[in-house]
Amino acid sequence: MNAIMVRELTRRFGRFTAVDAISVDVAAGEVFGFLGANGAGKTTAIKMLIGLLAPSSGSARVAGYDVLTQSDAVRRNIGYMSQRFSLYDDLSTRENISLYGGIYGLRDAEIRTRGDELLQHLGMEPIADALVGTLPLGWKQKLAFSVALLHRPAVVFLDEPTGGVDPVTRRQFWEMIYAAAARGTTVFVTTHYMDEAEYCDRLSIMVDGRIAAMGTPAALKAEFGVASIDEVFVRLARPATAAAGG
Amino acid sequence: MSASAGAPVRLRGLHKRFGDTVALDDVTFDVAPGELYGLVGPDGGGKTTLFRVLTTLLLPDAGSATVLGRDVRTDLWEIRARVGYMPGRFSLYPDLSVEENLAFFASVFGTSITAGYELIAPIYRQIEPFKTRRAGQLSGGMKQKLALSCALVHRPELLLLDEPTTGVDAVSRREFWDLLHDLQASGLTIVVSTPYMDEADRCDRVALMQKGRVLATDTPRAIGAAFPRALFAVRGAPRHATIEALRAYPHLASVQPFGDTLHFSDRRAEVPPADVMREVEAWLQGRGIREVAVAPITPGIEDAFMALMGDAP
Repeated sequence: MNAIMVRELTRRFGRFTAVDAISVDVAAGEVFGFLGANGAGKTTAIKMLIGLLAPSSGSARVAGYDVLTQSDAVRRNIGYMSQRFSLYDDLSTRENISLYGGIYGLRDAEIRTRGDELLQHLGMEPIADALVGTLPLGWKQKLAFSVALLHRPAVVFLDEPTGGVDPVTRRQFWEMIYAAAARGTTVFVTTHYMDEAEYCDRLSIMVDGRIAAMGTPAALKAEFGVASIDEVFVRLARPATAAAGG
Repeated sequence: MSASAGAPVRLRGLHKRFGDTVALDDVTFDVAPGELYGLVGPDGGGKTTLFRVLTTLLLPDAGSATVLGRDVRTDLWEIRARVGYMPGRFSLYPDLSVEENLAFFASVFGTSITAGYELIAPIYRQIEPFKTRRAGQLSGGMKQKLALSCALVHRPELLLLDEPTTGVDAVSRREFWDLLHDLQASGLTIVVSTPYMDEADRCDRVALMQKGRVLATDTPRAIGAAFPRALFAVRGAPRHATIEALRAYPHLASVQPFGDTLHFSDRRAEVPPADVMREVEAWLQGRGIREVAVAPITPGIEDAFMALMGDAP
């Protein structure tokens, strides 16, 4: 069974159709890149997939649950991390782990064991009691990703996880993504770094609420006869942004 | 040319500390008249602190900074009147309309929209149809254009832009850089910061910044050329096994994923590139990697940045 199954998913706001009948399947353990210009409908689509916004029509199942009728189960079985919101700056690393473990219904013993494993794996044991707000951005983002995986969700949603991060840490972050995918976690990721799009198993590009292209990076480049995903993106998104006046 | 003949920005040994955090560590460089100058680096590099010093909003602990020939410590009012500044965070009044925001910024600087219209026209015309809309209800791209118009309405001699393209999609980013080149052609000096390494190539010169230090200043081409070793683009399948195999290579200097290739360099400067390529191909094939391809490539800013990060204390 696919970890994400989306059928004709649509969301209208008044007369504006933000997401227009998109259909996507993502396999378990796949790294799926969800690209699109600002305003193309990515955020609205993700809000529906994580059970925060009801679709106007169409359906989606995430981790086996229906996003409309079983949204609580969806939220319990996914992880979510964004560049803007991830951890509480005025709590320590360990306190953040306890807080999120509790929210996801882990038992105290599980929180302790998994928290220790996580700190050891990231090499953050010596600073487990430092306030997260004092950590460098790269560490924060790695920690946020690990915390989003603490309850071992089937699917993790990453919304621009590497924005503003230095190039070495950005690559270490992608190694963590690969490692999670290799353990069977499905990764659904958005990014504005076009080189990162090339790291995905498959990706889709949204334009004006619709999925304008979908496939492996190699297949998309071949389809458009270009050398990089950046060029595919420009070919698809340029007419749309010109028509919308920026 | 006005009293500011010479470098519009001149920084010498600038230091700034916040508690235990060193925000600026011995920052020294000049920006030439009419130049499009980039501050390139990740968050925490010191870019925003530097802008706050240049705009006289923050005093340096040590060192000197002159902007348009004036000292940031003593000539703050003159500098503020002659510089346009677009901060990284949304800097507009969300409850005022597009036109009211622009009129407000114009009046603060003792001018009017009409007087400054020529310079802002190419940008402002794109949002003028929405001039009665509240700024808070604009799309991200339109907010950016309004903020830029507000920074330009008093016809500054120096434009300072703090991460104008952060979080903006790849296509809109290209269009914004095209806009900056148009502004530069009108004679404006521009200093712009970005965390996107690929945008460095759109600048005349850049300062690479990391943890408050300037790692290098030069043209993007010269910074790439200063990469200390021969660089190769390596392909192989499966991809992750190829990375692991290269990491085990006895003469490895660096291997980093770059889009659909891996950038690889060899520690031995004395071995000719052709020999390195043959050795690496054989090494990968010997480890069961399929579809191996190794080709020499020209190092770019991001390669150079990572090499410099490794050298940084």
